[in-house]
Amino acid sequence: MRDWPLWEVFVRSRRGLSHVHVGSLHAPDAEMALRNARDVYTRRQEGVSLWVVPAAEIVASDPGERDAFFDPADDKVYRHPTFYNVPEGVEHL
Amino acid sequence: MDFDDLLAGDGRVEPRDEMPDGYRRTLVRQIAQHAHSEIIGMQPEGNWISRAPSLRRKAILMAKVQDEAGHGLYLYAAAETLGVDREDLLDQLHTGRQKYSSIFNYPTLTWADVGAIGWLVDGAAIVNQVPLCRCSYGPYARAMVRVCKEESFHQRQGFEILHTLSHGTPAQRAMAQDAVDRYWWPSLMMFGPPDDDSPNSAQSMAWGIKRFSNDDLRQRFVDMTVPQAEALGLTLPDPEIRWNEERGHYDFGTVDFTELFEVIKGNGPCNQQRLAHRVGAHEDGAWVREAASAYAAKQAVREGAA
Repeated sequence: MRDWPLWEVFVRSRRGLSHVHVGSLHAPDAEMALRNARDVYTRRQEGVSLWVVPAAEIVASDPGERDAFFDPADDKVYRHPTFYNVPEGVEHL
Repeated sequence: MDFDDLLAGDGRVEPRDEMPDGYRRTLVRQIAQHAHSEIIGMQPEGNWISRAPSLRRKAILMAKVQDEAGHGLYLYAAAETLGVDREDLLDQLHTGRQKYSSIFNYPTLTWADVGAIGWLVDGAAIVNQVPLCRCSYGPYARAMVRVCKEESFHQRQGFEILHTLSHGTPAQRAMAQDAVDRYWWPSLMMFGPPDDDSPNSAQSMAWGIKRFSNDDLRQRFVDMTVPQAEALGLTLPDPEIRWNEERGHYDFGTVDFTELFEVIKGNGPCNQQRLAHRVGAHEDGAWVREAASAYAAKQAVREGAA
C-alpha cells in the first residue's frame, strides 16, 4: 500500500451541479480508486458521478505567492456592476 | 497569509500553508488517534454481527461498522495532508506508539452492549466531534462534517435497541440496564481528564483545534443524556445525578480517572485482544494488497505496450 498513488476524489451530487472535491484515497490503479471511492464517499446516495484524479497530476498555485498571483484583480472594481452610478428612476439596468 | 493572522480571524489553515511544527505535530497525533479509534471501534460491534437478533438488526449493524471503516479512511486522508504516510500511521498503531480511544478496550458481552455503544459511546463522540467541524485545520474540519452527519444514525440505532429491550421482557430489560451500568462511566471518561489535569488543552484551544474544554463537553453530554435515560426507563449508575437549578445543569458524581489512566496504559479488559486482532487482520490482508499491486503493474505494462 505504501507505493499506491494518492487519488483525489470528486463527486457530482446530482445532475446540473459540478463535481466537488470530497477527499482522497490510495489505490493501485484507476479502477480500484473508483470502486473504493464509491464505497468510501457515496454510501448514502451522495453522488451520481465520480471522478478520481491522481493527486500527483494536479498543478496548484503556490499559497506563498497568493497575493502576487491574485492581486491584479484588486484594482479593477469597474468589473463589478456596483461600480457604476445609475440615474434615479432608471430600471432594469 | 500569516498563521497567527489566520487564526485571529477565525480563518482555516489549509495543507500547503505555513504552520508551526507544534501545530502540525498536534494535529497528526490527534487525527491519527481519531482514525485509529474508528478502525479499532469496528471490533466491539463487529463481534455481534453474526449474532444480531434479526436480519434488520444485522443489516443495520453491518452498515454502521462499514461507516466506522469509512470514518477511519476520511481521517487517515486528512492526516496525510499534513505530510505523513498512512502506512506509517498504521505501523505506529500496530506497535503501540499511537493510541486509540480507551472506550474500545471494553468488551461487548451482550447484545444490549451494542445498543449502549450506539447511544452512549456514539453520543459522547458526537458531543466531542461537533465542535471539531469548526476546527482551524480545513481538511480535519471537513472530514468531521461528514463523520457527524453519519454518526447521528449510529446514536439513534443504539437508542432504539435499548428502547426495544427496556420495553421487552424482564430479562431483556435487565440486560439493557446492565449494559448502561457498565458503559456509563467509561463514556464519561471519553472526554479526557479534568480541565486542571489536561496539559495540552490550553494550547489546542489557542490553536483553534479544540473549541471547548473537556469538562464543558462532559457536562453537555450529561445534560443531554439524563432525560434520554428517563425516556428509556433506565437508570444511570450514579446516585449523585440531580438537576441543579442554580447552575442550570445536572450535577453528577466524580469520575474515577485512575481507571482511565490504567486502560490507557494497556491494562483495560481488551487492550491486547483489540491490537492483536487489528495486526492479524492487517497481516491476513497482505495478499490482497499484493495482488492488487501486481495486477496494476501488469495492466500498466500492457497499456504501455499497446
